[in-house]
Amino acid sequence: MSTIERHTIAVLVDNEPGVLARVIGLFSGRGYNIESLTVAEVDAATHQSRITVVTTGTPMVIEQIKAQLARLVPVHGVHDLTAEGPCIERELALVKVRNVGQERVEALRIADIFRARAVDSTIESFVFEISGATEKLNAFIGLMADLGEVEVSRTGVVAIARGATVGSPMGGREPVKRSSKPIR
Amino acid sequence: MSAQTMTGAEIILKALVDQGVEVIFGYPGGAVLPIYDALFKQNALRHILVRQEGGAVHSAEGYARSTGKVGVVLVTSGPGATNAVTGLTDALMDSIPVVCLTGQVPTHLIGNDAFQEADTTGITRPCTKHNYLVKDVKDLARVMHEAFYVARSGRPGPVVVDLPKDVQFASGPYIGPTELAHKSYRPQTKADSQRIQEAVELMARAKRPLFYCGGGVINSGPDASKKLTELIRLTGFPCTLTLMGLGVLPASDPLFLGMVGMHGTYESNMAMHDCDVMINIGARFDDRVTGRLAAFSPGSKKIHVDIDPSSINKNVRVDVPIVGDCASVIADLTRAWKARKGKADERGLQSWWKQIDGWRRRDCLRYEKTTKVIKPQYALDRLQTLTRSRETFITTEVGQHQMWAAQFMKFEKPNRWMTSGGLGTMGYGLPAAIGVQIAHPDALVIDVAGEASILMNIQEMSTAVQYQLPVKIFILNNQWMGMVRQWQELIHGGRYSQSYTESLPDFVKLAEAFGAVGLRAEKAGDVDGVIEEMIRVKRTVIVDVCVDQTENCFPMIPAGAAHNEMLLGPADKAEKPTSEEGMVLV
Repeated sequence: MSTIERHTIAVLVDNEPGVLARVIGLFSGRGYNIESLTVAEVDAATHQSRITVVTTGTPMVIEQIKAQLARLVPVHGVHDLTAEGPCIERELALVKVRNVGQERVEALRIADIFRARAVDSTIESFVFEISGATEKLNAFIGLMADLGEVEVSRTGVVAIARGATVGSPMGGREPVKRSSKPIR
Repeated sequence: MSAQTMTGAEIILKALVDQGVEVIFGYPGGAVLPIYDALFKQNALRHILVRQEGGAVHSAEGYARSTGKVGVVLVTSGPGATNAVTGLTDALMDSIPVVCLTGQVPTHLIGNDAFQEADTTGITRPCTKHNYLVKDVKDLARVMHEAFYVARSGRPGPVVVDLPKDVQFASGPYIGPTELAHKSYRPQTKADSQRIQEAVELMARAKRPLFYCGGGVINSGPDASKKLTELIRLTGFPCTLTLMGLGVLPASDPLFLGMVGMHGTYESNMAMHDCDVMINIGARFDDRVTGRLAAFSPGSKKIHVDIDPSSINKNVRVDVPIVGDCASVIADLTRAWKARKGKADERGLQSWWKQIDGWRRRDCLRYEKTTKVIKPQYALDRLQTLTRSRETFITTEVGQHQMWAAQFMKFEKPNRWMTSGGLGTMGYGLPAAIGVQIAHPDALVIDVAGEASILMNIQEMSTAVQYQLPVKIFILNNQWMGMVRQWQELIHGGRYSQSYTESLPDFVKLAEAFGAVGLRAEKAGDVDGVIEEMIRVKRTVIVDVCVDQTENCFPMIPAGAAHNEMLLGPADKAEKPTSEEGMVLV
């Protein structure tokens, strides 16, 4: 049997009514998995949105998902970030933890280790803002859950390829070469 | 260039005319009255009034499939649109280009549960290639032209344009069809030349090659079928066709092995199983064709030509994927084959043909020759013989009669065979025949039907009679839902649950009630006479052929079985009882 792989796929779409339903409907209608999905307009001038979807499946299913996405009419490009070289994946979470006394001190200490920021506080609660890879967020939330009652809101994964190439191979555009030096 | 200003309804009709539309199939209602009013004032477009919206879509499909043009449907909001859903799904599954215009409640009422409101774009999203809700008359002309572009480009399919009533009344600019490329939808039609070379290399080395071609070749236009026939003859390879592909290669060609799949010929399925190079052009490895996937053509290298990349490697892993339009790819393959001074492995090919001829001698379509009852195969055999010299178009409903028609009617040209393949929609054949006859007024158009299927859209008789369409409805009447009965016999211990129809109408009187002609054949000796009479009468005709009630359709690959595990006739019992995996398959 083929192994199940986890892939992060970026889809560039026209930001028009129903486009998200089209993408989600494709996944539910054909029985594909969605681990997370995020969407926002990324180009106001052309009204294009970028959907980042994390999915799992056999290599054959992953290939199907990409082909099925690519044939949707409002889709400009499909980009398998997992398959096409190194990429950065980030998630943002807001984690509310309710506790007092020693546990409250410990929560702050752990937040510091994870570089989470307290963005709201009462005498008996914090809301931490944390960003990072999915695993890091999972670890942080797990620890917070040991220290009190938690409520979590997460964005799901956003991702982008490493390196200087911009826009490629999305939308069938030529890769745009940038001459600027990487920031040190 | 200043744009002309007109009402939404006028923009819609102008766009249709500019897209080359001549006929639309529709049914009026409150939310499309402005369009019907504009229709009343013009003569460029002919409107065919159907009797139910489902019939309109199937008629448009028949029209499209037999002409290569886009079929056009016009229905009202709510129930008009929901009635169209089956036809839209049918067109999606069989890649038929259809543009369906649906009325919608005015924009300010959308979402208010208004009278005859339905979320049409929501409902039709999964059953169309694409759909639009036009909320501003400024977008209307562009969307109309785009709908036609999307419907006919790449892998064709149905497109819905939902039109709120206030947009139909509003005034806006008209723009004509533009040559501008669509901003995102640009399907690849020209294949990668490297892949063409790989394919030709494989073909040249093959000892047991087989062409397996389907409806994609028909969608690519009549020229694709012509070029493909040339290529096949050039190579001398055998060829099998899918249900949707019948007519791509003339049935009389000695290289044609018959249809492939669940009810395909013995020689086709054995050749699929045993070939060493399979050249799939415009077919999609459908489950009706492959049988048990794990045992599907285990020893072959597979070349797959398809315009839809998502069809490739969906069910079956292939070795040489080629994305492109069939006509263009076939031309490239032919050029490369000739340039290579392409010669097949002659010795290999000879012994392959010898093996195939052995399979052919099993004569898998034989049936009992008897005068006691009318065998359905006999009726179709006679229908084929007596219509051979005419320009004949065949449509079908769905079931046993459909498979027998696919086996016994011989198609020499593409676009002559209209059947619901992917969705398997009972009730497809009569409205489809109406669409075909509208497009080809002088041709002989026959709906090969079953008595159960025909009742699903029998109201369209009224349409046929209104427009004086001489369509022939050739019912193989066995009083059973024959294919359901066959599966119950083979798989469910002969428990015929709900598959017998009590109280069938008298089809002769039914025809007469509609103002058509009714004929009946009760004995084998009647068959030729009723067929000749049916052809002679230039009116709508129902022929009620009372056939053997117990006949089953063979050959058959039982569910979950492989190509080399076919049942050839009633005496053949499956060696193993149907597996549990097979039982759950449809």
